[in-house]
Amino acid sequence: MVNLLLTLALGFMLAAMVVAVIRFFMGPRTTDRVIAFDVLTITSLSVIALIAWHTQRAIYLDVAIVYGLLSFLGVIIIARYLEKGL
Amino acid sequence: MEELGAIIVLIGSIFLFLGALGLLRMPDSYTRIQAGTKASTLGTLLSLLGFILLMPSWWGKLLILIVFIMLTNPISSHVLARAAYHIKTPLTPRTVVDKYKPSEDPVVEPTKPDTHAH
Repeated sequence: MVNLLLTLALGFMLAAMVVAVIRFFMGPRTTDRVIAFDVLTITSLSVIALIAWHTQRAIYLDVAIVYGLLSFLGVIIIARYLEKGL
Repeated sequence: MEELGAIIVLIGSIFLFLGALGLLRMPDSYTRIQAGTKASTLGTLLSLLGFILLMPSWWGKLLILIVFIMLTNPISSHVLARAAYHIKTPLTPRTVVDKYKPSEDPVVEPTKPDTHAH
């Protein structure tokens, strides 16, 4: 039961990542690409947590924390660069 | 308890998918920012909450992740929308009101004190 539900959840997450990648390549503006990248990383945080549950190793959650931190910093830096340059 | 956690993870993943779908279907950058970040924030929060119910011994790290995402995701979307307005990203033609635009109507502007009076 739990395995079936989590497999369905993984399917939805991967579909969300595919859609975000489509917007990443389509996006006419830089902000569209940045927001597609943000959605991609946030979705992959959930995927990393699911991998951590699947392998029963809590060390992957540290990877997720660092990944979220880097994603946040990347979006902030790109937004500042777009607004007034580095 | 484990089934409840798995159901919550599934609901969160559905929210993630709907957020990404809104990213594909919305007409301009601002609505894409709004759809993408709000729905994906809720989806990630629900997923991590479900993993707390699935693995109660991991609650510390998952709670750090939840608080971190709740703090940082609205900030990044706000900064990105502000930068998008600043570089004059066009709004969709169906936009009804733009309250951030500097007003060109002299009636609406507050009356400035006359510095050249004396």
